Amino acid sequence: MRRILVVAMAVVLPLVAGGCGEKPTVTVYKQGKYQGKPDTQPWDNERFKGDKVAWEKAVKARNLGQNEYERVIAH
Amino acid sequence: MARMKFLADAERCIECNGCVTACKQEHEIPWGVNRRRVVTLNDGTPGEKSISVACMHCSDAPCMAVCPVDVFYKTSEGIVLHDKDLCIGCGYCFYACPFGAPQFPQDGAFGLRGKMDKCTFCAGGPEPDFSDAEFKKYGRNRIAEGKLPACAEMCSTKALLGGDGDVIADIYRRRVTTRGKGSEVWGWGTAYGRPEKPPAQPGAKS
Repeated sequence: MRRILVVAMAVVLPLVAGGCGEKPTVTVYKQGKYQGKPDTQPWDNERFKGDKVAWEKAVKARNLGQNEYERVIAH
Repeated sequence: MARMKFLADAERCIECNGCVTACKQEHEIPWGVNRRRVVTLNDGTPGEKSISVACMHCSDAPCMAVCPVDVFYKTSEGIVLHDKDLCIGCGYCFYACPFGAPQFPQDGAFGLRGKMDKCTFCAGGPEPDFSDAEFKKYGRNRIAEGKLPACAEMCSTKALLGGDGDVIADIYRRRVTTRGKGSEVWGWGTAYGRPEKPPAQPGAKS
């Protein structure tokens, strides 16, 4: 009887102690690989003809045009 | 080229919905789909604040992480785009997005939940630039035209800035340090008139 009790305790105790363990519960998202069609660069078209510098210049001018402090002073 | 970002200035937004209208008009977006919308906090009470919300093109986008069919990709400018041909309309991206950006048309091939539609930063999609297919699926590709998103360029008070993150952060920083508060705010005098001079006191020397 005592032996059964010891064996039962030996089985149950690790399980009970295991329940007290702390595991990280934060989900780690793993991004998949894009499965769709490949896209081109915004300067690879008939308008900019692959001229990245010209495209960047055009976008930069638009970017800076949003600063009305500069725009008002300029005019 | 740095990452493209939107920046909404709640101090300037006057809730005109010009950005929403510009987006709708530019891309011919159908009823029920709002790629951009204006959210007002404490609506109707003095001091209410409004901001314009759309896809924020997150650097670590949750929609990309949860998509079961991996339709999302990020351009070299940091714009989050997706391939509608592969989208199954499951709506996971909608649950994951903290801004409620993904929209689902209600009359598409999938019945009540069509293929996901969202702000493209006016950069189109994986179809050939300026093609009919690109316009039909994703709207106009202003980025390939060397322009910025229509919503930001249309904003009358420049509350919504869009473009290179470094540049618009500089603009905003200067704005915050310059504008002050209340009647010192830039444009206050134009909008509400300059404060009148106090009437001269009788008998006072001028």
